[in-house]
Amino acid sequence: MNKPRIKLPDSAKAGDVIEIKTLISHVMETGQRRDPDGKPIPRSIINAFSAKFAGSEVFKTELHPGISANPYLSFFMRVPGPGEFEFTWIEDSGSRVVEKAKLNVVA
Amino acid sequence: MQSARLDRRELAIGAVTALAVALMPRQASAQDAAQAWEQAVKAVLGDAKPADGKVTIEMPEIAENGNTVPFTLSVESPMTEKDHVKALHLIATANPQPGVATFRLTPLSGKATVSSRMRLARTQDVIGIAELSDGRFLMSKRSVKVTIGGCGG
Repeated sequence: MNKPRIKLPDSAKAGDVIEIKTLISHVMETGQRRDPDGKPIPRSIINAFSAKFAGSEVFKTELHPGISANPYLSFFMRVPGPGEFEFTWIEDSGSRVVEKAKLNVVA
Repeated sequence: MQSARLDRRELAIGAVTALAVALMPRQASAQDAAQAWEQAVKAVLGDAKPADGKVTIEMPEIAENGNTVPFTLSVESPMTEKDHVKALHLIATANPQPGVATFRLTPLSGKATVSSRMRLARTQDVIGIAELSDGRFLMSKRSVKVTIGGCGG
């Protein structure tokens, strides 16, 4: 899996509700398709994503083959104070990508 | 006289029952295949009765490419510890696998809104279900026309 892209606001205050956008490159192979020889192409998707902030869980999702390739997610958080995000994507194979991003919390 | 009439009625009921039993298995299996999405809804709701129409499903009315259809699910909620949306479920009624995603929120979410992009095999209804912290459910449905279906191959 490639390095994901994460978009946070440039800065936020405690109590603000901010939008978090993430995108990761992945084919999200459904398992429904066949190759040119007619053989089924095995399913291979990112089936889970989670976001923690300063160690607390903010958001997580279970994804199925109905989610498009290169899964994009947008969700929100009420800023509890300064801290760092930890985002995790988990693939069917069990491999995972973990990405950290610090939020610029201003007074 | 009366007993003869009863017998006749019993006979008639018996015949109708036998016919119904003979027809039932085929009908039931046809229904299972056609309504996988209903099972997906039931898996979320259990026996709960959802309130109608409080989940906003934003999607294009006509999706030209079923491989990537943007959507936003949202519910008006204060998102406090006591009163928040615990989960948002998205179900596509005519996809090979109707369950598309489950988004689990927390009071830290601040706002019960999520967006992503989905595949739609063909023109169909999409269902959004919200699971609230007090155990209630909200459910909405909207139809999306698809010009070129996704999931194909």
